[in-house]
Amino acid sequence: MKTEDIQAALADMRPQLLRFARLQLRSDSQAEDAVQEALLAALAGAEKFAGAAAVKTWVFSILKNKIIDELRRRTREGNVMEFMPEDDAGEDFDDLFDRRGHWADAPTAWNDPETSLESRQFWVIFEACLDGVAEKPGRVFMMREILGLETDEICKELGISTSNCWVLLHRARLGLRECLSQRWFGEQQ
Amino acid sequence: MMNCKEATQLMSQRQERKLSLVERLGLKLHLFICKGCRATEQHFAFLRAAARRLGSRGTPEA
Repeated sequence: MKTEDIQAALADMRPQLLRFARLQLRSDSQAEDAVQEALLAALAGAEKFAGAAAVKTWVFSILKNKIIDELRRRTREGNVMEFMPEDDAGEDFDDLFDRRGHWADAPTAWNDPETSLESRQFWVIFEACLDGVAEKPGRVFMMREILGLETDEICKELGISTSNCWVLLHRARLGLRECLSQRWFGEQQ
Repeated sequence: MMNCKEATQLMSQRQERKLSLVERLGLKLHLFICKGCRATEQHFAFLRAAARRLGSRGTPEA
């Protein structure tokens, strides 16, 4: 690609990259920094890519690494999880299940969810749902599924036990499932 | 017989570790009789696919 095309493509991506970084870091200034660094790094090597789609994938991988670096830096500076607020949900998911552990309100299958992946509106809702997950489970879920780290590594980084990690992931998944059911898939039907 | 809460726990952990034979059989049996948990199984798989997609190439262009 020509330099000016690359610059234009990167400029187009910037808002999306920023949103992504904010979601992961939950800090506007750190998100700005991470995106800035990722764009500079991308600009330096973008000529080798044939098209905007390839550049995008590449910028995303750079940005993800910047975000992981930043999360690691936070860990080094203290046990991040200790300072995160406890969420109200508790570990028992009291409203989701009855006393015997059965669904209070049983989930129903989503209709053709893969189609949603192509809808811009779906991603707005998906990001809002991610943002709505309590801090701890949200952090673990995003490190695991969006940044693609292994569970062991996440537990180590965050200084929590593996079983605690699993509990947090379970909670995040149940919360996201609930949120998407209500805010996206419910509306479709 | 495991309840729904335990079944969802195992379905979540299945994405993190290999379940034991007993866990797998228990879960299979539960899913066989429980529609709500079968739906949850679909939802958990989709959450993983959507999150990975977001992490690899962001959201689709306008």
